[in-house]
Amino acid sequence: MDAPRLRVDPIRCDGHGLCAELLPELIRLDDWGYPIVETAAVPGHLAAHARRAVAACPLQALRLEASPAR
Amino acid sequence: MTGPSLLAGPDLRAGMESAAGHLSRLGPLPPGAASLIDVLERSGLRGRGGAAFPVARKWRAVAERRGARPVVLVNGAEGEPLSRKDRVLMETRPHLVLDGALLAAGALGAGEVLLYVGAEHAAAATALGRALAERPEAERRRVRTVAAPPRYVAGEESAAVRFVNDGVALPTVTPPRPSERGVGGRPTLVQNVETLAHVAMVARFGDAWFRGLGAPGTPGTALLTVTGAVARPGVLEVAQGSALGDAVAAAGGLSDRAGAVLLGGYFGGWVGAEEAWGLRLDAPGLRSAGHSLGCGVVAVLPGHRCGVVETARILTHLAGQSARQCGPCVFGLAAIAGAVQRIAAGTAEADDLERVRRWSGELRGRGACAHPDGAAGLLLSALRTFGDDFLHHHRHGGCAVATREAA
Repeated sequence: MDAPRLRVDPIRCDGHGLCAELLPELIRLDDWGYPIVETAAVPGHLAAHARRAVAACPLQALRLEASPAR
Repeated sequence: MTGPSLLAGPDLRAGMESAAGHLSRLGPLPPGAASLIDVLERSGLRGRGGAAFPVARKWRAVAERRGARPVVLVNGAEGEPLSRKDRVLMETRPHLVLDGALLAAGALGAGEVLLYVGAEHAAAATALGRALAERPEAERRRVRTVAAPPRYVAGEESAAVRFVNDGVALPTVTPPRPSERGVGGRPTLVQNVETLAHVAMVARFGDAWFRGLGAPGTPGTALLTVTGAVARPGVLEVAQGSALGDAVAAAGGLSDRAGAVLLGGYFGGWVGAEEAWGLRLDAPGLRSAGHSLGCGVVAVLPGHRCGVVETARILTHLAGQSARQCGPCVFGLAAIAGAVQRIAAGTAEADDLERVRRWSGELRGRGACAHPDGAAGLLLSALRTFGDDFLHHHRHGGCAVATREAA
């Protein structure tokens, strides 16, 4: 099974930055505090951290999506 | 060009081609059946709104949705500031646009056709309205006109759908795409007016005819808006795959020494003049070479104008046209435009050039729509094409073009 992927809803996101704090391995912030997902595919050993980052977003702008079937 | 084409027929200055003229020039409209999608696939027709997406694939995505009856949204917003081709087509050949829209409705089983025309394109809306009045009652009943607000992103397809649904012409996060959930929640085909006009031709004359119009692998003709330092700026139709230099020649040739070409408009990119003339007008080919044909704008920058200053002006416009929904677009474009303005004005901060490079790399794919990607692409092409001029502005606080011209 392919790794789940991180996805930011850029309209919802307001640059709170918790995601980059909780998941610095995959997400960093740009000069204005908005997240840049460096690697969308979440490796197994970071899955729990990724779920925590998703849950921490106050605007529910970060999601974990199943990889598209194919 | 001999034989039938979009703009063959009466002189464009004569205005709208009537239903009678249209029918005697091109013959009756064939029925829109599902089999048309196969013909379109063989024709190789791609969308002409800027993204060059294969038309048959787009139609299939709508046709494959089960349940709700689809909607056809005809995109005549034409928000690209340098483009005129959609307007000229709607003003002079409105029946071709209506034909294509009705063929799409027939092929997809759509009940409703929406004409989404830029509110500032009054002559286009008038011509489409007059053309519609000439059509049979059964066709008129299915078609409704919606005025698109005059904002760059209003023509983006999710923004067009949202405007019809909610009166707000702002892009939405996709998926769901309009083909999945569009107008009234129905599967919706959003298709540019020129694309639909080509559909009307392919349905009449066939896919082999269409492929024969262009170069191998680059089928059909394309409408271009040729502007800037040319003798006869305007809209013309060329065979796909012909050289950009031939399009400039068809517009009367250069009226001044050329410095560079803005290919594809504000959403496209700069190309140095020497490289530009030999480029083949072929959207996928240009894309793989790092260029963009976009919606067919060819704007020639005269040699005495500075590419850095022009780029600053365009980026400032694009920053102002942000829908202001996504942080990276709102803050990133404003910062890039500000820094490029400082570079152009000779008041750059020490790291402005390095920062705009980094910012433009970071912007891609981070908005709900491709607006920030378009601005980043334009900037990267400017850095490539006017690299020495950027350095000169940055280091010496002045314009190399002005210095060169004075010499």
